[in-house]
Amino acid sequence: MATITVEGKEIEVDEEGYLVDLGAWFPAIATEMAKIDEVEMGDDHWDIINFLREYYEEYQIAPAVRVLTKAVAKKLGKEKGNSKYLYELFPYGPGKQACKFAGLPKPTGCV
Amino acid sequence: MSDGIKKFMFVNTKAPYGTVYALESLEVVLISAAFDQSVSLVFCDDGVFQIANNQNTDGSGMKNFSPAYKALGDYDINKLYVEKESLEERGLSLDNLMDLTYEDEDDDWAEKPSIILVSRAELADLMDEQDVVISS
Repeated sequence: MATITVEGKEIEVDEEGYLVDLGAWFPAIATEMAKIDEVEMGDDHWDIINFLREYYEEYQIAPAVRVLTKAVAKKLGKEKGNSKYLYELFPYGPGKQACKFAGLPKPTGCV
Repeated sequence: MSDGIKKFMFVNTKAPYGTVYALESLEVVLISAAFDQSVSLVFCDDGVFQIANNQNTDGSGMKNFSPAYKALGDYDINKLYVEKESLEERGLSLDNLMDLTYEDEDDDWAEKPSIILVSRAELADLMDEQDVVISS
């Protein structure tokens, strides 16, 4: 099993870099994963990550990109709820990459 | 139907946690929604337990995935047919089911119920109208 080291702790991840134990998440994990993917985390990234964690808490699923986009538009405004904006933040895909940073499983329907 | 859109109906007949069928079916449903098809769900026989409210899986060590049914509206899946006879045979009523809703884009995002109570005979007619019926 692969691991990443965050604040001195060994964190287990699967072969695609997703957290094995969703409950083990803390914010520095997102920062470390972003560093590995060469993404610089800013407030805009955290807005989406926090949003995803709330969505998962409520529905127990990682939303598909289309659903995420619509939900972000509703909560954070239209200028953020579009796929261009989300892809700028998370170049490997807001579904896959943002969910990974947020400690969620890969969205259902992503291959 | 035109435009290559087909009517898919997923028929859920089993209780949620004894087998993997309910969870697997739900995942297929969520994936199918990405392909812009017309998707409806049926809950009949023990399948009505899948959308029972106040589910608690602490004793079984399994994940309670029932909150995911509340996300179906976000996926534009808003036709959830529940068979009336199946509820009655199990001593259940609509009050025992989760409050599943969707927001109607064409009606100023008004929140509307997704659950549609149908009789066994009506369900047979609905199945007849489908292009694809997948049961689990």
